[in-house]
Amino acid sequence: MTPFAPYLIIALALVLIVVGKRLKDPAPVIVLPLATFIIFFCVWHIAAVAKSYPLNDAQGNFVRMVEVFPTPWSTLQGMLVPVKDGMLLRYAVASVYRVAVGFGIAAAIGIPLGLLAGWYLRTGQALNPLFQFLRPISPIAWIPIAVLWFGVKDEAAIFLIAISSFFPIVVGTMTAVRTIPLVYVRSAQNFGLEGYELFRRVVLPACLPQIITSLRLALGIAWMVIVAAEMIAVDSGLGYLIMDARNANYYDRVVGAMITIGLIGIALDWSMRRLERIDEVRWGFTKQS
Amino acid sequence: MKAEKVVVRGVEKRFERKQDELLALSAVDLSVAEGEFVCLLGPSGCGKSTLLNIIGGFETPTAGTVTIDGQAVTGPDPRRVFVFQEYGIFPWASVWDNVALGLRKLSKDEQARIIQRTIDLVGLKGFEKSFPSELSGGMRQRVAVARALAVKPDIVLMDEPLGALDSLTRMQMRSEILRIWREEKMTILFVTHDIDEALQLADRIVVMSPRPGRIAEIVEVRQEHPRVIGSPEYVRVKHRLYELLGVSHSV
Repeated sequence: MTPFAPYLIIALALVLIVVGKRLKDPAPVIVLPLATFIIFFCVWHIAAVAKSYPLNDAQGNFVRMVEVFPTPWSTLQGMLVPVKDGMLLRYAVASVYRVAVGFGIAAAIGIPLGLLAGWYLRTGQALNPLFQFLRPISPIAWIPIAVLWFGVKDEAAIFLIAISSFFPIVVGTMTAVRTIPLVYVRSAQNFGLEGYELFRRVVLPACLPQIITSLRLALGIAWMVIVAAEMIAVDSGLGYLIMDARNANYYDRVVGAMITIGLIGIALDWSMRRLERIDEVRWGFTKQS
Repeated sequence: MKAEKVVVRGVEKRFERKQDELLALSAVDLSVAEGEFVCLLGPSGCGKSTLLNIIGGFETPTAGTVTIDGQAVTGPDPRRVFVFQEYGIFPWASVWDNVALGLRKLSKDEQARIIQRTIDLVGLKGFEKSFPSELSGGMRQRVAVARALAVKPDIVLMDEPLGALDSLTRMQMRSEILRIWREEKMTILFVTHDIDEALQLADRIVVMSPRPGRIAEIVEVRQEHPRVIGSPEYVRVKHRLYELLGVSHSV
């Protein structure tokens, strides 16, 4: 590739943006991000090449260029081995599994507890200060405790994920219950709803959109925390892959793992957004006319 | 004169505020006959919504009593149903399920029969499975009215139910409400700040004045429905209302 090729491609991508924004929907939704990504990869390439230096042999003859930081192309090449021997898939599955279990535990405890603390004033008054105190402690700060309790095992990472997603879920749910519009509660009381029926027919459905939003937020945080957790607390997973590759000086794998993390993150968020389309909660995500 | 349905005696309502107290209602006496259509009319802040909330059992008066059929009001009750300005219908439930809200104790067949009948009555046939977000403001208000009527209430309490609608839809909904009122023969208390709305709907108009909220005068509208806007009686009452509300008739 000539040194000018990336600049040329950036120019073409810019033309694509100018043309693409005038196209009829849904074309811009595909064309515009595509152009942005093309530019991103080109800038990455340019930066990586600029930082590379020539390697000479003892006689001072040029051997090859050494990349301090891998270009997109060498990242792709470097990932061939971990993809082919199944390591990447194994590690990705390990990370997703830990997040799924930890997140599941956090939701199973956080949602009911949030509902209780939101509905019963006194329960909320008792628990909320504790939540607010523990919430700003970064999940990363729990890593030593997690390793102390569970050892360098899955359970340590799962615990860290559960901790990191629990607070957004419990606080989000509690706030949802507390901010139910009075008119819904009054309507329900007017028609004689009380106790469990009031909860099931009004309180829960009224809170569901906000609960889903807090779940989505929590999952995003969990996915960020798992990488940090796996760097220290376990010996597999995408976070471990980054740390392990760094120690072996395989920077192409470090970046390759980062890209994998980004792609799975998008997939997780997309799956949560699908929940927002269910008939019973869709009202909470569209502007009311 | 028919039997007295709602009797309000010496009702007073104070709200505690940071520094002082707000006297929202003072010495309110009112009785409403069975089957009567009464409008509470007044500027914002005159306590008309507070009075309706007290009659509905959502708020308790600081002094005085409200009785319905001779029984003191102690809390909300399906026999007197509130229709809110913001509708209060549930956006997570279909039109059908919204109307079903007050009918939980009946058999499925009985429920289905009443729901269908009520939905037809308010003109929402064909929208049974729709969700409120798919409906216009007027249609949502019809859902709220249907939900209220489904439980066969003695009294319907409406708090500016048409306030959020455009003026054409509002006119249309007024005649709908009158038609339903005639067919179902219930008592309606209707809060509004719109003089024409009160004039077109009510048998009697309770004019309220603010600070402290109290009844200035109760004006009777001796005119059969449908009322001709601009008839001598209509204009006479309208002038009187303008006078009572202290606003000039000509702008």
